[in-house]
Amino acid sequence: MAIEIDGKSYETDEEGYLADITQWVPGVADVMSKEDDLELTEEHWDIINFLREYYEEYQIAPAVRVLTKAVSKRLGKEKGNSKYLYGLFPYGPGKQACRYAGLPKPTGCV
Amino acid sequence: MSEIKKFMYVNRRAPYGTIYAWESLEVVLIGAAFEQDVSMAFIDDGVYQLTKGQDTTGLEMKNFSPTYSALGDYEVTKIYIEKESLEERGLTLEDLQHLTWEDEDEDWAEKDSIKLVSRAEMAQVFADQDVFFNF
Repeated sequence: MAIEIDGKSYETDEEGYLADITQWVPGVADVMSKEDDLELTEEHWDIINFLREYYEEYQIAPAVRVLTKAVSKRLGKEKGNSKYLYGLFPYGPGKQACRYAGLPKPTGCV
Repeated sequence: MSEIKKFMYVNRRAPYGTIYAWESLEVVLIGAAFEQDVSMAFIDDGVYQLTKGQDTTGLEMKNFSPTYSALGDYEVTKIYIEKESLEERGLTLEDLQHLTWEDEDEDWAEKDSIKLVSRAEMAQVFADQDVFFNF
């Protein structure tokens, strides 16, 4: 499978995750969210950018529980809870947000 | 909630060349979601897994050493290093990553995860565990 951004093709795996994380551009999130009928707001981007930074530092996509705690610390308690995160990413903050961020499926996500 | 068991992951092999070290780390991260009491032990060549400055260029394996610092986020906060294994390899704690965790209950105070123990003390730690995973 592949997605198309500005005429350039980006390969994805069978679950829709970007095959090569180094190819990621913000357009990936735009195209993927459009396919999910989701409009990305600044709040979404906060999480997507956070995930990318987390991956950069630790080389893994965090489990939801870890994401929640880390967001709570970095962006405040009102955002560091699963209700808020599922509100933004109804298909699951781990899976959906990681996919938009170009990350692999989270470690510990079954 | 069922009874919490003590899980011990024993790592005895060098980080690359085989898949054991990475597999162990992945299992620990996945298993951490099940709210068990998790410890890790690094013995023999396993101590090399935590050395600083790893470079896998040319090995065609991902350098997963940065992932060890995520263990604290996964509430894996008991990491035992066998003193004799370090000494036999001419290593000290200074050669290893400084792994920490943040205590949410104490305003995210940073605490050490690594515990340096002798072979005899490690035996005591082991005696206290319920389940072992050997890698």
